[in-house]
Amino acid sequence: MPALVRHLLWALLALVLVVALSLVIDPFTNVRLASVGYYLLAVAGLTVLTGLTGQVSLGHGAFLFLGAYTVGLLVIHAPALPIWVDLLAAAAVSGIAGALTGAAAARLHGPYLAGATLALAVGLPAVTQRFPELLGGSNGLGFTVSSLPPGLVGVVPTTRWQAWVVWATALLALVVLANLTTGPLGRQMRAVRDDEVSAALAGVRVGRTKVLAFLISAVCGGLAGGLQAFLLGTAAPGSFTPALSLALLAAVVLGGTGSLWGALWGAVALVYLQAGAEEFAHGFDLPTDVANFLPQAVYGVVLIVVVLVLPNGVHGVLRKFSRRRKESTV
Amino acid sequence: MRASSARLLGVEGVTVRFGGVTALDGVSLDVAAGTVHGVIGPNGAGKTTLFNVVCGFVPAAEGAVMLRDKRLRRTRPHDLAGLGIARTVQGLGLFGGLTVLENVLVGARGHQRSSALGALLGLPGSARDERRLAERAEAVLAELDIARWRGALPGVLPHGVRKRVALARALVAEPELLMLDEPAAGLSEVEIEDLVALLRGLTDRTSVLLVEHHMDMVMRVCDHITVLDFGRVIADGPPAVVRADPAVLTAYLGTAG
Ligand SMILES: Nc1ncnc2c1ncn2[C@@H]1O[C@H](COP(=O)(O)OP(=O)(O)OP(=O)(O)O)[C@@H](O)[C@H]1O
Ligand SMILES: [Mg+2]
Repeated sequence: MPALVRHLLWALLALVLVVALSLVIDPFTNVRLASVGYYLLAVAGLTVLTGLTGQVSLGHGAFLFLGAYTVGLLVIHAPALPIWVDLLAAAAVSGIAGALTGAAAARLHGPYLAGATLALAVGLPAVTQRFPELLGGSNGLGFTVSSLPPGLVGVVPTTRWQAWVVWATALLALVVLANLTTGPLGRQMRAVRDDEVSAALAGVRVGRTKVLAFLISAVCGGLAGGLQAFLLGTAAPGSFTPALSLALLAAVVLGGTGSLWGALWGAVALVYLQAGAEEFAHGFDLPTDVANFLPQAVYGVVLIVVVLVLPNGVHGVLRKFSRRRKESTV
Repeated sequence: MRASSARLLGVEGVTVRFGGVTALDGVSLDVAAGTVHGVIGPNGAGKTTLFNVVCGFVPAAEGAVMLRDKRLRRTRPHDLAGLGIARTVQGLGLFGGLTVLENVLVGARGHQRSSALGALLGLPGSARDERRLAERAEAVLAELDIARWRGALPGVLPHGVRKRVALARALVAEPELLMLDEPAAGLSEVEIEDLVALLRGLTDRTSVLLVEHHMDMVMRVCDHITVLDFGRVIADGPPAVVRADPAVLTAYLGTAG
């Protein structure tokens, strides 16, 4: 079966599962389901960058920021545009920013690249303070996205519809990422990661390949941010702190660097560890400043444990098991 | 007269300096098409630097590199494949996270026709292209007798096999000029025999420029040898002539006169 067909079938299957799941869960859980969808996209984009080309970005939240504000501004100032145009714009804006970052990053290695991207994550959200009129200062932008097709009003609850849109978009983007990782481009990216000189001698344009990875990764981040804005109806600097960037990178490592399946486990962990820790904090009536930091602390501890116990992430373990099973059945 | 007497690569009066060190000092040599041309010399003689100048890794302070009648200027490493030049590096330079087959597929990059966009969208043209490259790569793996390791990562393979993977990755590009930096390093005598036979069999497809320390092998495999010492050409000619050259004996044995 051609790779494209296989990837499309997987995506279709996943969408059917998501739709089925969305029918049996309450609206609140539907929002959570949708959150897993856009985080999956962001983590998958980052795992391509980090796992395939070996470029570590500590600032991926900045691309989500760009996507969210692009959608927010378009919804407010150009309400006539359909949501998919807003999302495409979010992808484009973030993609351009990613290409520029990538071009600068192609000259940086290791800690210098990490530092530069971290600066981006710290600096970009601060722009909202400079233009409070346009960007809403620290409160950010609030808006309502009404994308429910007229025929479905009253038939499908909004949150359910939103979960479908988020997942359909994320899965479409994941098909492209799956084509990338299993095809010649992914192979060239891994070659660049392993040995730049040998890759160049084989005719691979090293700089261009690295920039392309950044661009693709940023497009995913921008789309993810745009979907978040679509889902929550807000875009605020507080959602795009460096902590988000670190959490995304942690999700990559947790799931298994470079693996799209790993990105799924990472995204689930990101949403549910956070939520679980919050509930735990409320349940024990902890002081607010402790409660606020608890999710991050729990997340950090789980990450450390996973890295120590499962060096190839969750996906590494699952793959080992499925291999063993296959071997024993042969 | 065979067409092989045509010049494929010409190095003309090339000088390279690293700070105070003159690594190459007015070096000239011609590689004839369809031949195996050896470059030998003691450690630090400038052999790898010569390769690096041809590949554009290191700029020449003086002189020129000619491919056929065209002068190569500011060659960037990724242009080489398009020019018909493939090179292995001293050491192995394999992609450790890629399987043997994938390593060789990267080497076939120059024959890839589909665009990056086609690959991202998984268009049928791109899939066809991948199959074509895979066939090519499999053929080279079979020729070098390493097909059974196609799915293995290089790190787990014996040194001799890894050397062949590096060679396969260069060969799959179907270059006109194959540049090999110490292909026999670390090989057993039996493996060197195989390599000699292999290289001799390549000359109807490609010319070979070879840097090698293994003297016996160089003498048997090369049509023509250039000897470098302290960045200068001290001898140049067929193996029999070079072997008898007193300057070569001096350079290698350190004896005066
Ligand atoms: N990048 C560099 N910077 C400074 N000096 C260099 C550089 N590359 C090579 N040299 C010097 O140039 C001279 C020639 O080195 P080169 O590596 O070309 O020798 P070689 O003949 O390949 O030696 P070997 O047989 O040990 O591989 C040496 O004195 C080396 O120290
Ligand atoms: Mg050398």
